Amino acid sequence: MKLPFGWGGKPPQQKQEGARSQGHDRGVLAFSHTAEVIRAEAALKAAGLAVRVMGPPPDMRTGCDMVVEFELVREPLARRVLAEAKLAPLAVAPVRAGMLEPVSLHQIKDFGQWLMVRAANMKLTVDKNTRVIVNISGGGCPDVPALAELLVGQTLDAAPSPLATGQTLCAYALELAFREAQRQLPAHPRPEHAQPGRP
Amino acid sequence: MTPPWLIVGTVPDESVGLLQGPCAMDSDGLVVGGVSLSVRRGTPALLAAACAACAVLGLEPPQALLGGDAGRGRGSRLAYDHLRGALPCLAPRGITFHYLFPDLAGHDQVLLAALALPARPLLVADAGFMYVAKMSGQAAEYDLFTPDAGELAFLADEMAPHPFYTRGFLLEAEAVPAELIRRAWDSGGAAKHMLVKGGSDRVVRQGRILTEIAGPLTPAMEAIGGTGDTLTGMVTALLMGGRAIPEACAVAALANRLLGQLAQPTPATPVAGLVAHLGEALRLALEKEEEFLWRK
Repeated sequence: MKLPFGWGGKPPQQKQEGARSQGHDRGVLAFSHTAEVIRAEAALKAAGLAVRVMGPPPDMRTGCDMVVEFELVREPLARRVLAEAKLAPLAVAPVRAGMLEPVSLHQIKDFGQWLMVRAANMKLTVDKNTRVIVNISGGGCPDVPALAELLVGQTLDAAPSPLATGQTLCAYALELAFREAQRQLPAHPRPEHAQPGRP
Repeated sequence: MTPPWLIVGTVPDESVGLLQGPCAMDSDGLVVGGVSLSVRRGTPALLAAACAACAVLGLEPPQALLGGDAGRGRGSRLAYDHLRGALPCLAPRGITFHYLFPDLAGHDQVLLAALALPARPLLVADAGFMYVAKMSGQAAEYDLFTPDAGELAFLADEMAPHPFYTRGFLLEAEAVPAELIRRAWDSGGAAKHMLVKGGSDRVVRQGRILTEIAGPLTPAMEAIGGTGDTLTGMVTALLMGGRAIPEACAVAALANRLLGQLAQPTPATPVAGLVAHLGEALRLALEKEEEFLWRK
Protein backbone atom coordinates (compact mmCIF):
# COMPACT_ATOMS: atom_id res chain seq x y z
CA MET A 1 0.00 0.00 0.00
CA LYS A 2 1.24 3.43 -0.86
CA LEU A 3 1.61 5.56 2.23
CA PRO A 4 1.03 9.30 2.15
CA PHE A 5 3.93 11.75 2.10
CA GLY A 6 6.41 9.04 1.16
CA TRP A 7 6.32 7.60 4.68
CA GLY A 8 7.91 4.22 4.84
CA GLY A 9 10.32 5.04 2.00
CA LYS A 10 13.71 6.71 1.93
CA PRO A 11 13.63 10.44 1.33
CA PRO A 12 14.77 11.22 -2.20
CA GLN A 13 17.87 13.17 -1.22
CA GLN A 14 19.32 10.18 0.62
CA LYS A 15 19.60 8.31 -2.65
CA GLN A 16 21.63 11.01 -4.34
CA GLU A 17 25.15 12.36 -4.13
CA GLY A 18 26.68 15.78 -3.50
CA ALA A 19 24.47 18.71 -2.69
CA ARG A 20 21.38 16.56 -3.01
CA SER A 21 22.64 14.15 -0.34
CA GLN A 22 22.97 17.11 2.01
CA GLY A 23 19.45 18.26 1.25
CA HIS A 24 20.81 21.52 -0.20
CA ASP A 25 18.51 21.25 -3.19
CA ARG A 26 15.44 21.00 -0.98
CA GLY A 27 13.31 23.76 0.38
CA VAL A 28 10.50 24.10 2.88
CA LEU A 29 7.15 25.83 2.57
CA ALA A 30 5.72 27.12 5.84
CA PHE A 31 2.03 27.90 6.32
CA SER A 32 -0.02 29.57 9.00
CA HIS A 33 -1.91 26.44 9.98
CA THR A 34 -1.60 22.67 9.82
CA ALA A 35 -4.79 22.45 7.75
CA GLU A 36 -3.12 24.51 5.01
CA VAL A 37 -0.15 22.15 5.05
CA ILE A 38 -2.51 19.25 4.44
CA ARG A 39 -4.11 21.02 1.47
CA ALA A 40 -0.78 22.20 0.06
CA GLU A 41 0.74 18.75 0.24
CA ALA A 42 -2.23 17.28 -1.64
CA ALA A 43 -2.16 20.02 -4.32
CA LEU A 44 1.59 19.74 -4.91
CA LYS A 45 1.45 15.96 -5.12
CA ALA A 46 -1.44 16.14 -7.55
CA ALA A 47 0.74 18.41 -9.70
CA GLY A 48 3.44 15.75 -9.76
CA LEU A 49 5.90 17.39 -7.39
CA ALA A 50 7.93 15.23 -5.02
CA VAL A 51 7.04 16.57 -1.59
CA ARG A 52 6.83 15.31 1.96
CA VAL A 53 5.75 16.66 5.30
CA MET A 54 8.42 17.32 7.93
CA GLY A 55 8.82 18.91 11.34
CA PRO A 56 10.12 22.45 10.97
CA PRO A 57 13.55 23.44 12.26
CA PRO A 58 13.55 24.73 15.86
CA ASP A 59 13.48 28.44 15.01
CA MET A 60 10.35 28.00 12.88
CA ARG A 61 8.32 25.98 15.39
CA THR A 62 5.17 27.45 16.89
CA GLY A 63 3.48 24.42 18.43
CA CYS A 64 1.43 21.96 16.42
CA ASP A 65 3.08 22.55 13.09
CA MET A 66 4.86 21.11 10.10
CA VAL A 67 6.26 22.23 6.77
CA VAL A 68 6.20 20.85 3.24
CA GLU A 69 9.61 19.86 1.92
CA PHE A 70 10.00 20.19 -1.85
CA GLU A 71 12.59 20.45 -4.61
CA LEU A 72 13.80 24.04 -4.35
CA VAL A 73 14.53 24.36 -8.06
CA ARG A 74 10.83 23.90 -8.72
CA GLU A 75 9.79 26.82 -6.52
CA PRO A 76 8.06 28.77 -9.34
CA LEU A 77 5.93 25.77 -10.26
CA ALA A 78 5.17 25.08 -6.61
CA ARG A 79 4.07 28.69 -6.09
CA ARG A 80 1.84 28.55 -9.16
CA VAL A 81 0.17 25.35 -7.96
CA LEU A 82 -0.36 26.85 -4.53
CA ALA A 83 -1.77 30.05 -5.95
CA GLU A 84 -4.26 28.06 -8.01
CA ALA A 85 -5.28 26.28 -4.81
CA LYS A 86 -5.61 29.70 -3.10
CA LEU A 87 -2.78 28.91 -0.71
CA ALA A 88 -0.11 31.42 0.23
CA PRO A 89 2.95 30.13 2.07
CA LEU A 90 4.17 32.28 4.96
CA ALA A 91 7.77 31.55 4.04
CA VAL A 92 9.90 29.61 1.60
CA ALA A 93 13.37 28.64 2.82
CA PRO A 94 16.14 26.18 2.06
CA VAL A 95 16.23 23.03 4.16
CA ARG A 96 18.25 23.53 7.31
CA ALA A 97 19.56 21.33 10.08
CA GLY A 98 17.08 20.31 12.73
CA MET A 99 14.26 19.09 10.49
CA LEU A 100 12.44 16.16 12.01
CA GLU A 101 11.07 12.97 10.49
CA PRO A 102 7.50 11.90 11.27
CA VAL A 103 7.17 8.68 13.25
CA SER A 104 7.37 5.51 11.22
CA LEU A 105 6.95 2.82 13.89
CA HIS A 106 3.70 1.11 14.67
CA GLN A 107 2.90 -1.05 17.66
CA ILE A 108 0.26 -3.73 17.40
CA LYS A 109 -1.67 -5.26 20.29
CA ASP A 110 -3.91 -8.25 19.78
CA PHE A 111 -6.98 -8.43 22.05
CA GLY A 112 -8.38 -11.57 20.42
CA GLN A 113 -11.49 -10.29 18.68
CA TRP A 114 -9.94 -6.82 18.43
CA LEU A 115 -6.68 -5.41 17.13
CA MET A 116 -5.18 -2.16 18.41
CA VAL A 117 -2.67 -0.19 16.32
CA ARG A 118 -0.60 2.56 17.90
CA ALA A 119 1.25 5.25 15.94
CA ALA A 120 3.05 7.80 18.12
CA ASN A 121 0.42 8.98 20.60
CA MET A 122 -2.67 7.67 18.78
CA LYS A 123 -4.34 4.28 19.17
CA LEU A 124 -7.05 2.87 16.93
CA THR A 125 -8.87 -0.38 17.74
CA VAL A 126 -10.73 -2.47 15.18
CA ASP A 127 -12.99 -5.52 15.42
CA LYS A 128 -11.13 -8.16 13.42
CA ASN A 129 -14.30 -9.89 12.25
CA THR A 130 -16.28 -6.89 11.06
CA ARG A 131 -13.38 -4.43 10.45
CA VAL A 132 -15.41 -1.85 12.38
CA ILE A 133 -13.43 0.80 14.26
CA VAL A 134 -14.58 0.40 17.86
CA ASN A 135 -12.38 2.87 19.73
CA ILE A 136 -9.85 5.66 19.29
CA SER A 137 -7.70 6.69 22.20
CA GLY A 138 -4.68 8.80 22.95
CA GLY A 139 -3.79 12.12 21.39
CA GLY A 140 -4.13 15.58 22.80
CA CYS A 141 -5.07 17.98 20.00
CA PRO A 142 -8.63 19.31 19.92
CA ASP A 143 -9.66 17.54 16.70
CA VAL A 144 -9.14 14.08 18.20
CA PRO A 145 -12.60 13.91 19.85
CA ALA A 146 -14.22 15.12 16.62
CA LEU A 147 -12.32 12.56 14.55
CA ALA A 148 -13.29 9.80 16.96
CA GLU A 149 -16.95 10.78 16.52
CA LEU A 150 -16.56 10.44 12.76
CA LEU A 151 -14.62 7.18 12.65
CA VAL A 152 -15.89 5.02 15.52
CA GLY A 153 -18.62 2.70 14.31
CA GLN A 154 -17.44 2.77 10.69
CA THR A 155 -15.63 0.01 8.85
CA LEU A 156 -12.06 0.54 7.69
CA ASP A 157 -13.41 0.92 4.15
CA ALA A 158 -16.30 3.27 4.90
CA ALA A 159 -14.54 5.49 7.44
CA PRO A 160 -13.22 8.80 6.10
CA SER A 161 -9.48 9.24 6.10
CA PRO A 162 -8.49 11.13 9.28
CA LEU A 163 -6.60 13.57 7.07
CA ALA A 164 -9.76 14.45 5.16
CA THR A 165 -11.02 16.47 8.11
CA GLY A 166 -8.13 16.43 10.59
CA GLN A 167 -6.28 19.64 11.33
CA THR A 168 -3.38 18.69 13.57
CA LEU A 169 -0.38 16.45 14.02
CA CYS A 170 -2.51 14.09 16.12
CA ALA A 171 -4.70 13.66 13.02
CA TYR A 172 -1.57 12.74 11.06
CA ALA A 173 -0.61 10.18 13.69
CA LEU A 174 -4.16 8.79 13.56
CA GLU A 175 -3.88 8.59 9.77
CA LEU A 176 -0.79 6.42 10.20
CA ALA A 177 -2.59 4.12 12.62
CA PHE A 178 -5.60 4.00 10.26
CA ARG A 179 -3.44 3.03 7.26
CA GLU A 180 -1.62 0.40 9.27
CA ALA A 181 -4.93 -1.06 10.48
CA GLN A 182 -6.07 -1.27 6.83
CA ARG A 183 -2.81 -3.03 6.01
CA GLN A 184 -3.12 -5.43 8.94
CA LEU A 185 -6.78 -6.21 8.25
CA PRO A 186 -7.25 -6.18 4.49
CA ALA A 187 -10.76 -6.52 3.15
CA HIS A 188 -11.58 -10.08 2.20
CA PRO A 189 -12.40 -10.45 -1.47
CA ARG A 190 -16.14 -10.35 -1.89
CA PRO A 191 -17.71 -13.63 -2.97
CA GLU A 192 -19.04 -13.72 -6.50
CA HIS A 193 -22.71 -12.95 -6.89
CA ALA A 194 -23.35 -16.64 -7.08
CA GLN A 195 -26.79 -17.65 -5.89
CA PRO A 196 -28.04 -21.15 -5.29
CA GLY A 197 -29.50 -22.60 -8.42
CA ARG A 198 -27.81 -20.11 -10.73
CA PRO A 199 -24.62 -20.77 -12.64
CA MET B 1 -14.26 31.16 50.57
CA THR B 2 -11.93 28.53 49.15
CA PRO B 3 -10.34 29.61 45.86
CA PRO B 4 -11.62 27.60 42.90
CA TRP B 5 -9.90 24.88 40.91
CA LEU B 6 -10.05 25.54 37.20
CA ILE B 7 -10.12 22.95 34.42
CA VAL B 8 -9.26 24.37 30.99
CA GLY B 9 -9.91 22.48 27.77
CA THR B 10 -12.02 22.28 24.64
CA VAL B 11 -15.14 20.71 23.19
CA PRO B 12 -15.11 19.78 19.48
CA ASP B 13 -17.86 22.22 18.47
CA GLU B 14 -16.87 25.68 17.31
CA SER B 15 -20.39 27.05 17.79
CA VAL B 16 -19.86 26.75 21.53
CA GLY B 17 -17.53 29.76 21.56
CA LEU B 18 -16.28 30.06 25.11
CA LEU B 19 -17.94 28.52 28.17
CA GLN B 20 -17.07 29.28 31.75
CA GLY B 21 -18.66 28.30 35.03
CA PRO B 22 -19.01 25.56 37.60
CA CYS B 23 -19.56 22.11 36.17
CA ALA B 24 -22.25 19.74 37.34
CA MET B 25 -23.74 16.41 36.38
CA ASP B 26 -27.47 16.05 35.78
CA SER B 27 -29.63 13.33 34.28
CA ASP B 28 -28.68 14.41 30.73
CA GLY B 29 -24.95 14.45 31.38
CA LEU B 30 -22.50 17.25 32.00
CA VAL B 31 -23.55 20.89 32.36
CA VAL B 32 -21.10 23.79 32.16
CA GLY B 33 -22.31 27.38 32.36
CA GLY B 34 -25.86 26.22 31.72
CA VAL B 35 -24.93 24.29 28.56
CA SER B 36 -25.37 20.50 28.39
CA LEU B 37 -22.42 18.58 26.95
CA SER B 38 -22.26 14.92 25.99
CA VAL B 39 -19.65 12.86 27.79
CA ARG B 40 -17.87 10.76 25.22
CA ARG B 41 -14.19 11.59 25.50
CA GLY B 42 -11.84 14.55 25.86
CA THR B 43 -12.34 17.36 28.35
CA PRO B 44 -16.04 16.54 29.02
CA ALA B 45 -14.93 13.06 30.18
CA LEU B 46 -12.34 14.65 32.46
CA LEU B 47 -14.94 17.05 33.87
CA ALA B 48 -17.49 14.27 34.41
CA ALA B 49 -14.90 12.22 36.28
CA ALA B 50 -13.86 15.20 38.39
CA CYS B 51 -17.51 15.95 39.26
CA ALA B 52 -18.22 12.33 40.22
CA ALA B 53 -15.04 12.18 42.31
CA CYS B 54 -15.85 15.50 44.02
CA ALA B 55 -19.26 14.10 44.98
CA VAL B 56 -17.54 11.12 46.65
CA LEU B 57 -15.08 13.41 48.43
CA GLY B 58 -17.75 15.89 49.55
CA LEU B 59 -16.25 18.75 47.55
CA GLU B 60 -17.74 21.49 45.43
CA PRO B 61 -17.16 20.66 41.75
CA PRO B 62 -14.43 22.50 39.84
CA GLN B 63 -14.84 25.50 37.56
CA ALA B 64 -14.48 24.89 33.83
CA LEU B 65 -13.24 27.06 30.99
CA LEU B 66 -13.96 25.47 27.60
CA GLY B 67 -13.28 26.72 24.10
CA GLY B 68 -15.21 25.34 21.14
CA ASP B 69 -12.41 23.92 19.00
CA ALA B 70 -12.55 21.16 16.38
CA GLY B 71 -8.86 21.43 15.57
CA ARG B 72 -8.39 24.82 13.96
CA GLY B 73 -7.14 26.32 17.19
CA ARG B 74 -9.59 29.23 17.38
CA GLY B 75 -11.45 28.00 20.45
CA SER B 76 -8.16 27.26 22.17
CA ARG B 77 -6.98 30.77 21.33
CA LEU B 78 -10.16 32.17 22.92
CA ALA B 79 -9.43 30.15 26.05
CA TYR B 80 -5.77 31.23 26.18
CA ASP B 81 -6.68 34.89 25.73
CA HIS B 82 -9.48 34.82 28.25
CA LEU B 83 -7.43 32.96 30.82
CA ARG B 84 -4.51 35.34 30.62
CA GLY B 85 -6.79 38.24 31.51
CA ALA B 86 -9.01 36.42 34.00
CA LEU B 87 -6.38 34.70 36.13
CA PRO B 88 -5.75 37.63 38.51
CA CYS B 89 -9.48 37.78 39.39
CA LEU B 90 -10.01 34.03 39.55
CA ALA B 91 -6.85 33.41 41.61
CA PRO B 92 -7.32 29.64 41.38
CA ARG B 93 -5.49 27.32 43.75
CA GLY B 94 -4.99 24.88 40.94
CA ILE B 95 -5.40 24.61 37.17
CA THR B 96 -5.73 21.42 35.13
CA PHE B 97 -4.95 22.07 31.47
CA HIS B 98 -6.23 19.52 28.97
CA TYR B 99 -7.17 19.25 25.28
CA LEU B 100 -5.92 22.58 23.94
CA PHE B 101 -4.32 23.37 20.62
CA PRO B 102 -0.55 23.34 21.23
CA ASP B 103 0.15 27.04 20.70
CA LEU B 104 3.53 28.15 22.01
CA ALA B 105 2.71 31.86 22.28
CA GLY B 106 -0.62 31.16 24.01
CA HIS B 107 1.07 28.76 26.43
CA ASP B 108 3.82 31.20 27.36
CA GLN B 109 1.37 34.01 28.05
CA VAL B 110 -0.81 31.82 30.26
CA LEU B 111 2.12 30.36 32.17
CA LEU B 112 3.56 33.84 32.83
CA ALA B 113 0.16 35.01 34.08
CA ALA B 114 -0.14 31.98 36.38
CA LEU B 115 3.35 32.41 37.79
CA ALA B 116 2.66 36.11 38.45
CA LEU B 117 -0.26 35.37 40.81
CA PRO B 118 0.39 36.22 44.48
CA ALA B 119 -0.27 32.57 45.43
CA ARG B 120 1.16 30.20 42.86
CA PRO B 121 -1.52 27.68 41.76
CA LEU B 122 -0.79 23.97 41.37
CA LEU B 123 -0.32 23.37 37.66
CA VAL B 124 -1.43 20.06 36.09
CA ALA B 125 -1.07 19.47 32.35
CA ASP B 126 -2.36 16.64 30.19
CA ALA B 127 -2.97 16.12 26.45
CA GLY B 128 -2.23 18.99 24.04
CA PHE B 129 -1.29 21.45 26.73
CA MET B 130 1.27 18.99 28.11
CA TYR B 131 2.78 18.82 24.61
CA VAL B 132 3.22 22.56 24.35
CA ALA B 133 4.39 22.87 27.97
CA LYS B 134 7.19 20.43 27.16
CA MET B 135 7.99 22.13 23.88
CA SER B 136 8.24 25.51 25.62
CA GLY B 137 11.21 24.24 27.65
CA GLN B 138 9.35 25.14 30.87
CA ALA B 139 8.05 21.70 31.82
CA ALA B 140 9.67 21.88 35.26
CA GLU B 141 7.38 24.81 36.14
CA TYR B 142 4.51 22.31 36.17
CA ASP B 143 3.60 20.23 39.19
CA LEU B 144 2.17 17.24 37.31
CA PHE B 145 2.10 15.72 33.83
CA THR B 146 0.04 12.58 33.08
CA PRO B 147 1.59 10.94 29.96
CA ASP B 148 0.94 7.48 28.57
CA ALA B 149 3.72 5.33 27.08
CA GLY B 150 3.84 7.09 23.70
CA GLU B 151 3.75 10.51 25.33
CA LEU B 152 6.50 9.51 27.77
CA ALA B 153 8.77 8.71 24.81
CA PHE B 154 7.97 12.18 23.42
CA LEU B 155 8.79 13.86 26.75
CA ALA B 156 12.09 11.95 26.77
CA ASP B 157 12.99 13.19 23.28
CA GLU B 158 14.57 16.61 23.67
CA MET B 159 14.30 17.13 19.89
CA ALA B 160 10.58 16.45 19.41
CA PRO B 161 8.06 19.33 19.51
CA HIS B 162 5.09 16.92 19.28
CA PRO B 163 4.67 13.13 19.74
CA PHE B 164 4.34 12.87 15.94
CA TYR B 165 8.09 13.53 15.65
CA THR B 166 9.32 11.25 18.45
CA ARG B 167 12.44 9.46 17.32
CA GLY B 168 12.10 5.74 16.74
CA PHE B 169 14.65 4.47 19.25
CA LEU B 170 12.57 5.97 22.06
CA LEU B 171 9.37 4.38 20.78
CA GLU B 172 10.74 0.85 20.54
CA ALA B 173 8.73 -1.68 22.53
CA GLU B 174 11.80 -2.55 24.60
CA ALA B 175 12.38 1.04 25.74
CA VAL B 176 12.59 0.87 29.54
CA PRO B 177 10.11 3.22 31.26
CA ALA B 178 12.49 4.03 34.13
CA GLU B 179 15.16 5.14 31.63
CA LEU B 180 12.68 7.22 29.64
CA ILE B 181 11.44 8.84 32.86
CA ARG B 182 14.97 9.74 33.91
CA ARG B 183 15.84 10.98 30.43
CA ALA B 184 12.70 13.16 30.34
CA TRP B 185 13.62 14.77 33.66
CA ASP B 186 17.31 15.23 32.82
CA SER B 187 16.50 16.85 29.47
CA GLY B 188 13.88 19.22 30.89
CA GLY B 189 10.90 17.47 29.30
CA ALA B 190 9.20 16.40 32.54
CA ALA B 191 7.13 18.14 35.19
CA LYS B 192 8.15 17.85 38.84
CA HIS B 193 5.74 14.95 39.21
CA MET B 194 4.40 12.59 36.61
CA LEU B 195 1.77 9.90 36.59
CA VAL B 196 2.90 7.63 33.76
CA LYS B 197 -0.04 5.53 32.57
CA GLY B 198 0.53 1.99 31.35
CA GLY B 199 0.38 -1.71 32.20
CA SER B 200 1.84 -0.51 35.50
CA ASP B 201 1.07 3.06 36.48
CA ARG B 202 4.14 4.85 37.81
CA VAL B 203 4.15 7.80 40.18
CA VAL B 204 7.28 9.85 39.60
CA ARG B 205 8.96 12.78 41.36
CA GLN B 206 11.87 14.58 39.73
CA GLY B 207 12.72 11.68 37.47
CA ARG B 208 12.53 8.99 40.17
CA ILE B 209 9.77 6.39 40.43
CA LEU B 210 8.15 6.64 43.85
CA THR B 211 5.61 3.86 43.48
CA GLU B 212 4.10 1.53 40.89
CA ILE B 213 0.49 0.41 40.78
CA ALA B 214 0.22 -2.80 38.80
CA GLY B 215 -3.18 -4.18 39.68
CA PRO B 216 -5.90 -4.95 39.12
CA LEU B 217 -5.16 -5.07 35.40
CA THR B 218 -7.90 -4.83 32.75
CA PRO B 219 -6.00 -4.82 29.42
CA ALA B 220 -9.01 -3.54 27.44
CA MET B 221 -8.77 -0.18 29.25
CA GLU B 222 -5.80 0.78 27.08
CA ALA B 223 -7.94 0.73 23.95
CA ILE B 224 -10.80 2.81 25.36
CA GLY B 225 -10.67 6.47 24.42
CA GLY B 226 -11.18 8.59 27.54
CA THR B 227 -9.70 6.37 30.27
CA GLY B 228 -6.77 8.77 30.59
CA ASP B 229 -9.28 11.59 30.95
CA THR B 230 -11.12 9.85 33.79
CA LEU B 231 -7.78 9.31 35.52
CA THR B 232 -6.77 12.98 35.25
CA GLY B 233 -10.25 13.96 36.45
CA MET B 234 -9.89 11.86 39.59
CA VAL B 235 -6.36 13.13 40.25
CA THR B 236 -7.71 16.68 40.00
CA ALA B 237 -10.49 15.97 42.50
CA LEU B 238 -8.07 14.39 44.97
CA LEU B 239 -5.75 17.40 44.67
CA MET B 240 -8.75 19.66 45.26
CA GLY B 241 -9.33 17.68 48.45
CA GLY B 242 -5.86 18.51 49.67
CA ARG B 243 -4.04 15.28 48.94
CA ALA B 244 -0.30 15.49 48.25
CA ILE B 245 0.50 14.98 44.57
CA PRO B 246 2.04 11.47 44.85
CA GLU B 247 -0.85 10.27 47.00
CA ALA B 248 -3.44 11.77 44.68
CA CYS B 249 -1.80 10.07 41.70
CA ALA B 250 -1.55 6.68 43.38
CA VAL B 251 -5.14 6.67 44.67
CA ALA B 252 -6.52 7.84 41.32
CA ALA B 253 -4.50 5.20 39.46
CA LEU B 254 -5.85 2.50 41.78
CA ALA B 255 -9.40 3.85 41.35
CA ASN B 256 -9.08 3.84 37.55
CA ARG B 257 -7.91 0.22 37.70
CA LEU B 258 -10.81 -0.71 39.97
CA LEU B 259 -13.05 1.08 37.49
CA GLY B 260 -11.90 -1.41 34.86
CA GLN B 261 -12.53 -4.30 37.21
CA LEU B 262 -16.04 -3.08 38.06
CA ALA B 263 -17.12 -2.24 34.51
CA GLN B 264 -15.54 -5.33 32.87
CA PRO B 265 -15.16 -3.53 29.53
CA THR B 266 -14.10 -4.90 26.17
CA PRO B 267 -11.92 -2.85 23.80
CA ALA B 268 -15.21 -1.78 22.14
CA THR B 269 -16.70 -0.22 25.29
CA PRO B 270 -17.16 3.57 25.18
CA VAL B 271 -15.90 5.59 28.14
CA ALA B 272 -19.48 6.61 28.95
CA GLY B 273 -19.98 2.99 29.96
CA LEU B 274 -17.33 3.42 32.63
CA VAL B 275 -18.28 6.77 34.14
CA ALA B 276 -21.33 5.29 35.89
CA HIS B 277 -18.97 3.10 37.97
CA LEU B 278 -16.52 5.86 38.78
CA GLY B 279 -17.91 6.87 42.18
CA GLU B 280 -17.91 3.29 43.40
CA ALA B 281 -14.38 2.75 42.08
CA LEU B 282 -13.06 5.79 43.94
CA ARG B 283 -14.83 4.78 47.17
CA LEU B 284 -13.25 1.33 46.91
CA ALA B 285 -9.83 2.82 46.23
CA LEU B 286 -10.11 5.04 49.31
CA GLU B 287 -11.06 1.99 51.39
CA LYS B 288 -8.27 -0.13 49.97
CA GLU B 289 -5.47 2.38 49.55
CA GLU B 290 -3.74 1.32 52.77
CA GLU B 291 -3.76 -2.30 51.65
CA PHE B 292 -2.88 -1.74 47.99
CA LEU B 293 -0.61 1.28 48.03
CA TRP B 294 1.16 1.87 51.27
CA ARG B 295 1.66 -1.51 52.95
CA LYS B 296 5.22 -2.67 52.37
